[in-house]
Amino acid sequence: MAGSNDGSMDAYTVPTAPFRPGDEADFGGSWKEQPGDLSRPDPATCTAPDTNDHAHGLIRVLGDDDSASGEWNPELDAEELIRGLEMMMRLRIFDDRMIKMQRTGKLSFYMRSFGEEAIAIAQTMALDDTDWIFPSYRQPGAQFVRGRDMVSMICHCIGNTEDNIRGRQMPVHYSWKEGHFISISSPVGTQFSQAVGVAMASAYKGDDQATITWLGDGTSAQGDYHYGLNFASVFKPPVILNVVNNQWAISTHRNIATGGENFAARGLAYDIPSLRVDGNDFLALYSVTKWARERARAGKGATHIEVYTYRAGGHSSSDDPSIYRPGDEFECWPGGDPVDRLKKHLISIGAWSEEKDAELAQKIDDEVMAAYKEACTYGDLANGPFPPASTIFTEVYESVPWHVQEQREELGK
Amino acid sequence: MTEMNMIQSLNSALDSLLEKDENVVIFGEDVGYFGGVFRVTSGLQEKHGLHRVFDAPLAEGGIAAIAFGMGLNGLRPVAEIQFADYIFPAYDQIVNEIAKLRHRSGGEFSTPVTIRTPAGGGIKGGHHHSQSPESQFTHTPGLKVVYCSNPRNAKGLLTSAIECNDPVIFFEPKRCYRGPFYGDPHNVPTWKGHEDGDVPEGYFSLPLEEARIVREGSACTVIAWGTMVHVAQKGIEESGIDAELIDLQTLLPWDRDTVVNSVKKTGRCVIVHEAPKTSGFGAEMSASIQERCFWHLESPILRVTGWDTPFPHTTEWDYLPSPERISEAIKKTQEA
Repeated sequence: MAGSNDGSMDAYTVPTAPFRPGDEADFGGSWKEQPGDLSRPDPATCTAPDTNDHAHGLIRVLGDDDSASGEWNPELDAEELIRGLEMMMRLRIFDDRMIKMQRTGKLSFYMRSFGEEAIAIAQTMALDDTDWIFPSYRQPGAQFVRGRDMVSMICHCIGNTEDNIRGRQMPVHYSWKEGHFISISSPVGTQFSQAVGVAMASAYKGDDQATITWLGDGTSAQGDYHYGLNFASVFKPPVILNVVNNQWAISTHRNIATGGENFAARGLAYDIPSLRVDGNDFLALYSVTKWARERARAGKGATHIEVYTYRAGGHSSSDDPSIYRPGDEFECWPGGDPVDRLKKHLISIGAWSEEKDAELAQKIDDEVMAAYKEACTYGDLANGPFPPASTIFTEVYESVPWHVQEQREELGK
Repeated sequence: MTEMNMIQSLNSALDSLLEKDENVVIFGEDVGYFGGVFRVTSGLQEKHGLHRVFDAPLAEGGIAAIAFGMGLNGLRPVAEIQFADYIFPAYDQIVNEIAKLRHRSGGEFSTPVTIRTPAGGGIKGGHHHSQSPESQFTHTPGLKVVYCSNPRNAKGLLTSAIECNDPVIFFEPKRCYRGPFYGDPHNVPTWKGHEDGDVPEGYFSLPLEEARIVREGSACTVIAWGTMVHVAQKGIEESGIDAELIDLQTLLPWDRDTVVNSVKKTGRCVIVHEAPKTSGFGAEMSASIQERCFWHLESPILRVTGWDTPFPHTTEWDYLPSPERISEAIKKTQEA
């Protein structure tokens, strides 16, 4: 009724973000949770209630002193760790180069994984090579782990004649069948429940492939998140369901995505073992994913994981986060920088050095530049060439129906 | 009158209704503090308060359902779906719930929801930031469907949509937010100096269900909505033919009289829309026009539309109706 609320009672609650431009961000310093706080249950026998502490705590392996410890330490050898570092560096340097290309008009659009590099890299490294990957737009890094050629990735971002999806989608909407990496779709969250269907088919066929999928804290408001959890709860297929809680969905703070603070524990209500992990800790991410993969292999069904992190950059090249959040949040994030943390750990165990790091960064940067230049020989954004207009009409169906054929002839290209 | 682009005029409509009616509430993804990804709600939360202009969780189905409930219980909700391409999780709530409430309850209940959504191509948005799904709503009894084309009618029609007691799906041609688009991506003017960029300040409404004759002519009737109004205008110029241009503005219920009178006068008709041809709203219009104008028609009614394919990214200029294709169609109607 108009005017009946005279201000003496509050209207419904509308949460505001804790920090806005002009504020200093403060996340309370370092994490109170420490490596070693949480046990590593037997994946073959673990039930959802056994993970109550894991869903409410934070699984860490890398400590504030850069050492690795606790039951969740995956005990990776230095060679594997260096491979992980290299992949993360590759992703970051690639992203930096691409965003520069976008800023200078050489790409139409771009999305970086900045601050979240460990997620796609560590989690994909923990999988079998033929496991299915159902990414959101911030896990393109999985392709580096599976060995996708950078030239091919850049050709897609330009949308030139060598784009394997023929210029049909916006940049970063990769599709890569050879890597079991499913075509990325802009409507958020749709992949999450689809992944459960893929895993059910794997179980049906008995082929020992698992499926991994990710969506964001914001997207966990979509029905697809809850559909996925419920089907996974009922049918127990081999699937790893991740919520990447990076605090922001474009300008929407995660306190609009949930009235509470925790995403992991939602899985417990679906009777799915659920973990909460430091998303900037390469070792912890690798370890929880390995654990979830073991559950899948043992036929124990889904694992739900909240990956706790911070979106260090803008949502996309179209976004300007300085309008809605302070500039210093990433620097204040207790989880730090995932690339830097693994580097420091490697240095602390004597397996790496600043010199080697600088040398590798330069080598990767050269490779990225060379890949960009080669990609442009197949067409750049300003001058083309692009896929021919006839590609509008193909692959709409398995074969071109008469009415689409007629329209193709009408366009005459 | 003040010079406004379409973002400013939509913002002005929302601002004036927030002032006028305290039951108006606005919500959607990123619309609160940030003011929307296209900035249409910029400054409104600060001015009118947190609980009147706020961010919604990322759940279009939830947004539509919340709007249904608020509208049923005395508020006048204006929900934003960030891109029309993202409206489909809300489709059940819109088609089965919002559209049918009045009828299914024997008139006992109704919900005056307005859903604003940016639609259409021309921004290199690929499949999922470019579609124009109006016909998926014109096929739904109980809804009104509006498609604005310039700053002036955007403000006037949005005001009427919000004040309408029936639910309205309000499409905003995002390509035209900052300027009209004449089909040439390398030459994109702003609204500055355009007669429809002059918009009344304060409260301003234009009637729903009325088409607008953009250009009078005698040789052919060209009908369009959204961005295609401007592209069709260019197509008419290029054809050199004295065609009449009608901006339909409201698609459901559409202004049949204005269209039929025009076609009876010209004897020829071209319908332009950027959505795919098959089952597009042009098909409905074409059928209705021939039912009433058959003996006046000198040539077949033609449609210039997007193709029956998903909306492409790099090749979008080959997908969208161009001035050339429209001009060719107008010329073809003259051959008979």
